[in-house]
Amino acid sequence: MKDQSAMLSIEHLKVAVDGKEVLKGIDLTICPGEVHAIMGPNGAGKSTLSHLLCGHHGYEATAGQVLFHQKNLLELAPEARAQSGLFLAFQQPLEIPGVNNAYFLRAALNAQRRSRGEPEVDAMDFLGLVREKLALMQMDESFLGRGLNEGFSGGEKKRNEILQMLILEPSLALLDEIDSGLDIDALKAVATGINHWRNSERALLMVTHYPRLLEYIEPDYVHVLIDGCIVHSGDIGLAHELETRGYEWLMEKRGAMLA
Amino acid sequence: MVTQNKEIAEAIGKGYQHGFMTDIETELAPPGINEEMVAFISHKKNEPDFMLQWRLQAYRYWLNMSHPQWAHINVPPIDYQSIHYYAAPKNTNAPKSLEDVDPKLLETYEKLGIPLHERAALAGVAVDAVFDSVSVATTFKGRLAEVGVIFCPISEAIREHPEIIERYMGSVVPFTDNFYAALNSAAFTDGSFVYVPPGVQCPMELSTYFRINAAASGQFERTLIIADRGARVSYLEGCTAPMRDENQLHAAVVELVALDDAYIKYSTVQNWYPGDEQGRGGIFNFVTKRGDCRGDRSHISWTQIETGSAVTWKYPSCLLRGEKSVGEFYSVALTNNYQQADTGTKMIHIGKDTRSTIISKGISAGLAQNTYRGLVKVLPGADRSRNYTQCDSLLMGQGCGAHTFPYIESRNPSAQIEHEATTSKISEAQLFYCRQRGLSEEDAVHMIVNGFCREVFKELPMEFAVEAQKLINVSLEGAIG
Repeated sequence: MKDQSAMLSIEHLKVAVDGKEVLKGIDLTICPGEVHAIMGPNGAGKSTLSHLLCGHHGYEATAGQVLFHQKNLLELAPEARAQSGLFLAFQQPLEIPGVNNAYFLRAALNAQRRSRGEPEVDAMDFLGLVREKLALMQMDESFLGRGLNEGFSGGEKKRNEILQMLILEPSLALLDEIDSGLDIDALKAVATGINHWRNSERALLMVTHYPRLLEYIEPDYVHVLIDGCIVHSGDIGLAHELETRGYEWLMEKRGAMLA
Repeated sequence: MVTQNKEIAEAIGKGYQHGFMTDIETELAPPGINEEMVAFISHKKNEPDFMLQWRLQAYRYWLNMSHPQWAHINVPPIDYQSIHYYAAPKNTNAPKSLEDVDPKLLETYEKLGIPLHERAALAGVAVDAVFDSVSVATTFKGRLAEVGVIFCPISEAIREHPEIIERYMGSVVPFTDNFYAALNSAAFTDGSFVYVPPGVQCPMELSTYFRINAAASGQFERTLIIADRGARVSYLEGCTAPMRDENQLHAAVVELVALDDAYIKYSTVQNWYPGDEQGRGGIFNFVTKRGDCRGDRSHISWTQIETGSAVTWKYPSCLLRGEKSVGEFYSVALTNNYQQADTGTKMIHIGKDTRSTIISKGISAGLAQNTYRGLVKVLPGADRSRNYTQCDSLLMGQGCGAHTFPYIESRNPSAQIEHEATTSKISEAQLFYCRQRGLSEEDAVHMIVNGFCREVFKELPMEFAVEAQKLINVSLEGAIG
């Protein structure tokens, strides 16, 4: 079962939040170049998985293990997980007033580079780099001088998340409902950025409610998470099936698993 | 939550870095104050008689006053008769240049990261260094003299320019003003004096470093800055003090006078010993700072970064007397462990079309108490005057407190007064967001705190802004270096 080529392998993972079990035994393997989508009804534990993987305080793995690039991910501090190539695009990116957007991004990039023993990027080189990515995201240069997500619209925040991803170049990106609250233009810009970042060495795990996002970023695998378990996996065809049939039939399946 | 609090506590629990003593022989007068001591100080300073008489009046007035009780601070009783009112380093036979200065003194400044000569030369800053109560080194006097700017120890100004002193000293903060102002007027030993003549823009930032050193010697500085018509001056004050296990009193008076079209910018970075983690020792800082916008279109701007002292009691204020005069107050006050700060400002609108701005940022950590106390007062004649106040508090941990006491008294219906206040915590979510991008928790805390202070930092002169940011980081630094 163990796949040496896997970038991320999750085995029998159980997760409790505030003492309550939310994920009840997850198995998932992600290899370089793959795109996975996790779908499911509200409260199924979709966001819990991405928060646990990134080390959010209060999310506790009670059983199972997670290997990321052959390392035991769960032993690492949140910043060490980020430094080893894990990125989370937040469903609700945080505002940090007074902290310049460009300053934050360069500090994060250099913190990651230092951890890998690479030289820091100076202000001039950084400006060149960030301008190129801004253009890709159809973001105005004035974004750089604003406070981090301070007063940004929902769409601006999501674009800013992807801008950060393009600069930090993680090997595995977790997108937590990146499509929520986006109009069609913002969704296209976000998808363009993500597709630009993708290559055969990088992998993507998207959590979403809506199949709309999958029209722009086609997944190799679609998993349905219900009541803390992956009850069904398939390809893009499964997403289309969900669109017409809803989750009802899979909830029944989950009920049968329990019985 | 518990883990997070522990981590934050570690991130801010860095000890005081400037704790050491210089063992220069100190000439110490016996403790206690009476009329003889007041006369002794005046005599030591070779003061003219009017000064002695003024000091004695202040002393007699002080005798009938009592320690103010209204501030939101808790101070043990102070025995004013156990304080040394006069202490002077011995080798002070009027050094003419840095070469004449006791090398031990210079060493102290080196330890503080203030290499006088380099710093002065590099930054073009004139430094009037106050060591204990006597000024021992003054630089760049010549360049200032060329344009007619007088920048010297106030004791020298009292001897050399008595007519200016007699006219202005006590005209902004009379000795009747409050308990500490009265005590200071009776017992002050030194401080700085600046006079900028009409139409002159002071060619450099003026800077003074204060330092408290001799055991239990209360420091009573007196600073007087006058910007004549159309003059401009920026004055920087920065302080650090060595570690002691005994409370030390510091009660300074600063008076600013701006005549027509004059501009004074007064910036302070205050880092006195705050006491140890159990709250022992530390400086009591009871300061009266007031600016008088006496002329039309005059402008006074206070900026302060307060990170030190066990107890701070300080309200840099502006009297907006001239028409269209402008007063500003930008403040960051950081308290940690058992520190207590009760600080803010008073903006008194007297003239027509006067404007004032107050931006106050309070940061509390540990078991510290941080209070903003501000008064905006509009007198009947101050037509169309405007005030904007913004008070933000940041809490770190569960044991600290932030308090806001805004007083607004408007007696003119055409006045516009705005007040905004927020209280926030560094949220777990913000820290997680930063760490998910690869920043350490410590860096994340620094970044969030510095972001919180940004509106105030940008008011500081450039080289001071960098220092202020460093100081905030040091005050918040964790055990890992």
